[in-house]
Amino acid sequence: MTVITSPTRSAAPAPAGAAPAAPAPRRGSPGKRRAQLTAWGFAAPVVVYLALFYAYPLYKNIDLSLRHYTVRSFITGDAPFVGLQNFVAIIANPTFWPSMLNTAIFVFVSIVFQFAIGLALAVFFFKNFRLNGFLRALFLVPWLLPLLVSASTWSWMFNSDSGVVNSFLEAFGIGQINWLTSPQWSLTAVLIANIWIGIPFNLVIMYSGLQGISPELYEAASLDGANGWQRFWRITFPLLRPVTTITLLLGFVYTLKVFDIIWIMTRGGPATSSTTLAIWSYQLGFGSLLPDFSSAATVGNVLIIIALIFGLSYARMQRRSEA
Amino acid sequence: MQVSRKARAIGVALLTAGVAATALTGCSSAGGSASGSTPSGSYTFWDPYPQYDATSAWGKLVAQCGAQAGVTVTRTGYDTSDLTNKALLAGQQGNSPDILLVDNPVVSTLADAGILTTTGENGLSTGAIAQNILGAGVVDGKTYGVPIGANTLALYYNPKVLKAARVDPKSVTDWTTLTAALAKVKAAGKKGITFSGINTEEGSFQFLPWFWGAGADLTKLDSPQAVQALTLWTDWIKKGYAPNSVIQNTQTTSWQEFQTGNFAFSENGTWQKAAAAQMGAGVITIPAATGGAAPVPTGGEFFTLPVQKDTARYKTTAKIVECLSQGGNIVTTDNTLNYIVASQAGQQAQLKADPTLKTWVDAVGVAKARTGDNLGIKYPVISQQLWTAVQKAETGSASPSDALKAAQQAVDAKLTK
Repeated sequence: MTVITSPTRSAAPAPAGAAPAAPAPRRGSPGKRRAQLTAWGFAAPVVVYLALFYAYPLYKNIDLSLRHYTVRSFITGDAPFVGLQNFVAIIANPTFWPSMLNTAIFVFVSIVFQFAIGLALAVFFFKNFRLNGFLRALFLVPWLLPLLVSASTWSWMFNSDSGVVNSFLEAFGIGQINWLTSPQWSLTAVLIANIWIGIPFNLVIMYSGLQGISPELYEAASLDGANGWQRFWRITFPLLRPVTTITLLLGFVYTLKVFDIIWIMTRGGPATSSTTLAIWSYQLGFGSLLPDFSSAATVGNVLIIIALIFGLSYARMQRRSEA
Repeated sequence: MQVSRKARAIGVALLTAGVAATALTGCSSAGGSASGSTPSGSYTFWDPYPQYDATSAWGKLVAQCGAQAGVTVTRTGYDTSDLTNKALLAGQQGNSPDILLVDNPVVSTLADAGILTTTGENGLSTGAIAQNILGAGVVDGKTYGVPIGANTLALYYNPKVLKAARVDPKSVTDWTTLTAALAKVKAAGKKGITFSGINTEEGSFQFLPWFWGAGADLTKLDSPQAVQALTLWTDWIKKGYAPNSVIQNTQTTSWQEFQTGNFAFSENGTWQKAAAAQMGAGVITIPAATGGAAPVPTGGEFFTLPVQKDTARYKTTAKIVECLSQGGNIVTTDNTLNYIVASQAGQQAQLKADPTLKTWVDAVGVAKARTGDNLGIKYPVISQQLWTAVQKAETGSASPSDALKAAQQAVDAKLTK
C-alpha cells in the first residue's frame, strides 16, 4: 500500500503547493480516497439512473398525493399541501371499498388458479413423452400474444348476443349470460381471461424449478415404496418452496397492477363491478375530461403500499428460512 | 502505473460528467425551449389528426395558411386522448404550441388552467360562427377559441328493416312513436335500436340528446325529466328493443352492430355518414320527448391560442387561424373531416354541394355545447356521475331515479369540496 501511495503523493505537487493548508486528505490515504472515488464513479451511472427514473417519479407521486392539485395548480405549481386529506377522501369515496374488494378477489382467485394450473401442467410436462415440447410451446401462446389482442378476443368471445362462449353454453341448455354487461358476471369474465394469460408464466417458472430437483430423490422414494401422490407432496412440493414463494410474489405484483385486460374488456364496469384499484387510479387521472391527478396518485400510492407490504413480508420470510 | 490510474480517474470523471450533463440537458430542453426562443418565422401547431401527414389536403392547407402569414408552420398530430395531457404538460413547462386544436369540452379545462388566451388578448375574430357551437369555447363571457366545425348525433335507420316491419321513418316524431316503431320491429323478428351506453364520456355524449330532449338540465341530474330519459333507455333494454351489449358499446362497436343489417335504428355521429350512405341507411334527427328535434351535444375541435411569453406572436397566429377557420378553406376542410361548418354561410355552401346534409345541418342548428351554459369545468364532474348513473340503471343494479339521485349527490359533494 505505502509503496503505491508514496509516489502518488509526490506526483501531485501542484495541489500541495497551491493549498498548503489542506489537511483534509490526511484523514485517509489519498490512494484509498481515490479508489473510493473511482468506485463511486463507476456506481454513478446506476445511481443517477435510479434517482432519475425510480426515486424521482416515486417522490413526485407521493408529492402529488399529499397536495391538492387542480388543473390550474398543476400549471402554476402552487398546489397547497393538504397532508393525508387525499387519502381520507379516497377511503371515504364510495368506490374505495368495492374496488379494494374487487382487487382482493381478482388477485387472490387469479393467483390460486394460475399457480395450481401452472404447477399441475409443469408436473405433467416434466415427464418425457412425445410432442411434449410442442404442447409446452402451445401453452406459451397466451404469453406471446399482445395483451390488446388477447383481451379484445376474450371480449368478443364473451359478447352476450354473438359470443362463442354463450353459444357454446346454449348448446348445453344454459341461457344467455351477460358476461361483460352484468355486474354479477363482469369480474368473473375478466378473471377467466387473466387466469388464462397468467398460466404460462407459472408453468415456465415451476417447470424450471422442477429441473432443479435431483432425480435420485425420486428413485430413493420409489425404493421406499412412495406412491405418486406421496412423491409430489413429500418431495416435489417442499423442494419447490423457494421457487413457489418467488412465483407467488411476482404473480401478486403482476396481478395487482393488471390494467389492460380489464380496461379493454369492461372499462371497470358495468358501474364499478370490475373496478380494481389500478383501474380506478387510471379513471381518476385520465378517464374523464378533467384529470384529477392528486386522487389518481393517492390510489396509486395505496397500490404501492400494498405491494410493499407483501414484498417486505416475503423478504422477512426469506431471511427467516435462511437463518 | 500512475498514468493509467490518472487516466482511469479522468475517464470516470468524464463519464460521470457526461451522465450528469445529459440529465441536465434533458431537463433543460424540456423546460428551456420556451416559446420565446423559437426563431421567429416558425410557428408550432398541434392537432389531433395524426392520420393526416404533410402531403394530405389538411397538411397542405396548414402550410399554405402559414405561408400567407409569411411564416412556416410546424404541425404535429397527436392522438386525441393524448393531446389534453400533452397540452397540460406543455403549459406547465411553458412551451405550449402557438396553435392548439383540441376537442371542444377540453377548452374550458385548459382555459381554467390558465394556458389559453382569450380572443380579447389574441385579437382572433370569431366571425359569423353560430353562438350555440361557439358555446364550448366561452367561459364567463370570454371566448377562448373558434370551432373548426361541428359534428353531432342523429338516428340512422335501415330502410330494409323498417320496411319489413312496416314502419315509416317519417312517423317517428317523438318518443312514443319511436318506441312504437321499435315494438313493431321486434315483433317482425328484427332488432330495434343500438347506441353506446358505456361508462366513459362517450356514454354521456350519447345519452345527452335524450336527457336534453326530455327537458332535463345538467345542473339537476335527478329531475323528473332526467328520470324519464333514463327510463326510456332502460325500458328499451328490458323489453329487448335495445340489445344488452349497449352497456359496453362504444360508438364504433354500436355502429358495427348496425352494419350487420339486423338493426332498425342506430344513434350515431356525423362521422359515419359516408359508411351509412354505402349501406343505404337513412338518417333522421333524434326526436325530443314530445316532438321536434332534441338538442344534441356538439362534437368537434376548437382552435385555441395558448399563452406565449412573446405576446407579439399572437397577431400572426390569429391570422393563420382565421385563414384555417374561415371562408372557402373551412368548407373544404369540413367536407373532408365530415364536419358541418360552424357558420351559416358555410352551412349553406355545404348544403348546396350536398343536399343530403340537411338532417345534419338541422341537428347542428339545435345542438348544444356540453360545457356550455357556463358549466365549464363542472361538466366533466357532472358527466362522470351521469354515465355512472346510466350504467347502474342499464344493468338494473339501481332504478333510474335512485341512480340519478346518487349521481346528483356525488356531484354536489365534489363541487362543493
